[in-house]
Amino acid sequence: MITALLRRLGQTVFVLFGISALVFMVFFATPGADPTARIAGRNASPQTMEKVRKEYGFDRPLPVQYATMMKKLFITQDLASYVDRGELVVPEIARAAPVTVSLVCGAAVIWVVVSIAMGTVAAALKGTWIDRSLMMLGLVGISMPVFWLGQVTNLVTQSRYHDTWLFSWVPGLGYVPLTENPWGWFKALVIPWVVLAVMFIGIYSRVLRADLVALSGEDFMRTARAKGLSPTRVLLRHGLRTSLVTFVSLFGLDFAQLVGGGALLTEVVFGLPGVGRLTYQALTNLDLPLIMATVMYSAVFVVLANAVVDSVYLLLDPRVRDAR
Amino acid sequence: MHADTMPSPALPLLDVRNLCVSFPSGGRLIPIVENVSFTLAEQEILGLVGESGSGKSVTAMALMGLIDSPGVVITGSALFRGQELVGLPQKQLRRLRGRQIAMIFQDPMTAFTPVYTIGWQIDEQIRAHEKLSRKQARARTVQLLGEMGVPDPARTADRYPHQLSGGLRQRAMIAMALSCNPALLIADEPTTALDVTVQAQILDLIRNLRTSHGSSVLLITHDMGVVAETCDATLVLYSGRVAETGPTADVFARPGHPYTTALLASIPPLYGARPDRLPAIAGAPPAPLHRPAGCAFGPRCQFVHTPCLAAPPPALFAVGPSQAAACVLPAEGTPLPPRLTEGAVVTAPVSSQPPAQFSSPEAQS
Amino acid sequence: MTADTPSSSGAASAVASANVAAQPRPLGPWRQAGRTLVRNRAAMVALATLVLVTLLCLFAPFYAHDIAHVDPFTSNVAGSIVLDGHEADIMQPNDNPLHLGLSPIGPTGHAAYLLGADSQGRDVAARLFYGGRNSLLISASAAVLCLILAACAGIAAGFFGGLVDTILSRLMDIMWAVPVYLFAISLSIVTVSQGLKLGPFVIEADNLLIPIVIIALVYVPYAARPIRGRVLALRQAEFVTAARCLGVPRWRIVLFDILPNVMTTLVVLGPLLMALALLAESALSFLSIGVQAPAASWGTIIQDGEGLIYTRPMVAVAPGLAIVIVVLALNILGDGLRDALDVRDAARRSA
Repeated sequence: MITALLRRLGQTVFVLFGISALVFMVFFATPGADPTARIAGRNASPQTMEKVRKEYGFDRPLPVQYATMMKKLFITQDLASYVDRGELVVPEIARAAPVTVSLVCGAAVIWVVVSIAMGTVAAALKGTWIDRSLMMLGLVGISMPVFWLGQVTNLVTQSRYHDTWLFSWVPGLGYVPLTENPWGWFKALVIPWVVLAVMFIGIYSRVLRADLVALSGEDFMRTARAKGLSPTRVLLRHGLRTSLVTFVSLFGLDFAQLVGGGALLTEVVFGLPGVGRLTYQALTNLDLPLIMATVMYSAVFVVLANAVVDSVYLLLDPRVRDAR
Repeated sequence: MHADTMPSPALPLLDVRNLCVSFPSGGRLIPIVENVSFTLAEQEILGLVGESGSGKSVTAMALMGLIDSPGVVITGSALFRGQELVGLPQKQLRRLRGRQIAMIFQDPMTAFTPVYTIGWQIDEQIRAHEKLSRKQARARTVQLLGEMGVPDPARTADRYPHQLSGGLRQRAMIAMALSCNPALLIADEPTTALDVTVQAQILDLIRNLRTSHGSSVLLITHDMGVVAETCDATLVLYSGRVAETGPTADVFARPGHPYTTALLASIPPLYGARPDRLPAIAGAPPAPLHRPAGCAFGPRCQFVHTPCLAAPPPALFAVGPSQAAACVLPAEGTPLPPRLTEGAVVTAPVSSQPPAQFSSPEAQS
Repeated sequence: MTADTPSSSGAASAVASANVAAQPRPLGPWRQAGRTLVRNRAAMVALATLVLVTLLCLFAPFYAHDIAHVDPFTSNVAGSIVLDGHEADIMQPNDNPLHLGLSPIGPTGHAAYLLGADSQGRDVAARLFYGGRNSLLISASAAVLCLILAACAGIAAGFFGGLVDTILSRLMDIMWAVPVYLFAISLSIVTVSQGLKLGPFVIEADNLLIPIVIIALVYVPYAARPIRGRVLALRQAEFVTAARCLGVPRWRIVLFDILPNVMTTLVVLGPLLMALALLAESALSFLSIGVQAPAASWGTIIQDGEGLIYTRPMVAVAPGLAIVIVVLALNILGDGLRDALDVRDAARRSA
């Protein structure tokens, strides 16, 4: 168990290095234009260009540039945006993070609960019209671009049907901090939660159903039935519990990616000032340091979260626990 | 409780009459098991023998009510202590399963749910049928594991299936099956996936169940050696139909069906010179869809002649006091000669060494 | 469209095989799959939808010139059209009491400006068809490119194992860790701002190759993983061992033993990847780092419609619906292919 964890740690460190190098290469070593101009922003003065070149060490070899960048990002944390007149990037991300976390956590609760219910019901009623329509619903959910769904939801809840009893409670777009007004926080986020969850409900319920159906042919499911257990118990305690192993590993990955900035489109459509929208604003301003910082931080977060998920996996599946 | 009302000795524990199981395929019903009949007395061990695909497992699953593929048609009758199993609602079947009729499976590797401990799974079965506290159930579990020869049962109960060897897992499986003192144990190839030495131990265990637990056993196997060693009576299935049935000693000494003869001939003799090559049955059993109208074994039989080929397939014909074969030869007055060499095997005390696996007809097909 | 190629040839072969069904010769796996697919009504409807949408988009110039008589690529804010005999301005005063501001004309129900105009007075319906061309072209090419890359990586990693596998798998892990859209955004922002200079070749920022390559790249780990798993299972298969024992050179084994067996996985992944690519393309275009103006794609039209969402929702809703329909059809087709080719089973065996 200890060696397994140590090995996992070594892997994590390696991936962390790899990912930072990859992001660095994408931003600063793409063949073509000079990164100085990209960082300084459009129509920068020669003085600014010279300052940027010095600050990031673009006149020195790549490994030095990489080290400089990592130092500015994680150690001194003084990476500054040139487009935005010297705004420090790292604190900006720290301010945006709680919004993203609020959005993703709420959505995650919804999608886990709904997809487990949908997947289990569909598997239990395999082959019936309920199964087919649930799975078709899931497929539709997977097929909708999330930003478009958000727009249509806004159209319905903010404009067309806002004056009816159904949606009159919906507040305007934006975010309310949980510490200020919990109820306002909930009201502001509940529709973004649902919109963000739709696609994942589709994916997860379909994966879970397929898994449960595949499991129903397994020997141990037959044993459980031969023991005289009720079908519900066989499905939930034996089938679902075994499927949860895959479910959790999938969930960890997606959750981490969303917190790490994957919820960008939802944040943009609903005007939530999270990490994703920060990236989007940087995008429209071509604010390269900010984009790079968000990507780098999110990648690091995803890698660390994956390591945590793998540890949970060890707890969930006794087979893996012993195998390593 | 059902188990307390001792039935009259005349009434068999299990009485199966004309059991048919058909699966739908391509818009047609394909009969997998056709008109299988047998009886099983209290504390008797009946061997159900046949090649893979002969319908042994399907028969067992049908008795347990475990076949739930859509469109399956099960007809005939299976009286368990006078209660009809065919067509019994799932709810009542569930009360029987695990409590009155238990089943153990071929592959102990995959038959336990991987994410729970062995003990948890046995407790679960006990608590599904009896109102016991967790502690009482666990005590019974540990005791059962001990009876099944599991070393250090209390600790083994806390281990996960993948942590145990195949033999231990099969012992745990049997312990689980016996946890509610079932009257009937259906063992579906319980030794096939095990090493030869472990096989012998598990067979010993099963043989002793009738004295230790008073259970009858329906032993499904493709290994004639296992049957010879373990079973009181034998039922030979071929392509979903009964080929021959009778007391094991009689069937082995005087097989009435050419298929049984051929099966027995493929076992290497214990005494005398070993033949260079064991006789094999030419050809392969027919697919259920292409089963001939007459005797299913006809195309592979060395005695095949015109009456064999016409429908309906030959009925069971008594060839001994309680032995019957589905063959036209005894009815025509030309029964097969008794087997001389093998008589010694059956009458002699059975060796604890089961015959090697290659004697099974499957190895040759 | 790539997704059509394997399935329509499967359909053709199934028709052909129906003629020879009377003969006892067993059907090949591809023909058998084709027959199963043809019998799958949902998949056939999906296929028909895809073909229809593709045809509609191919006829975009014809629609724009000869039916709607509009130019969907130039701004037409000052123009007007003739509706039912009288002239109507394309930019019309708002409905508010003071008639402040202008909104583009809404759906007209006529050939011209069937779905109304966007904020620059361009015909949304015509742009929708032109946008479809780009969206379908990008997603299909990205899917093919991604499959080729993933197949190379997956087969190399799975077949050669050892160091090659370690390096490739780690690389995939690293790419996998960056959220797909963020990865795509990073690549786009770098290329879109200034284009790409590769030695003597200069790829302009508005070249469609840029989104195609980017989308293909970010989904490579997604596709390479199942391919690698399949190859790992195949490598241990007896027919491969047999071929190695016979001294067949490695490249021949890869080409004639491994590749045909991986083909089913590739065919199933095709439509699913195209669905993902279409969603990714629309997202990038929505963030204005995909297809560049004045060219259209479904994503850019949704972006154009964002500001008009409450007044002229059709501008954003129509392309969104088009995306949903095509992606749904691709997913259903992918499901049908998977069932027909029984790939899930293969994947489970290799797991």
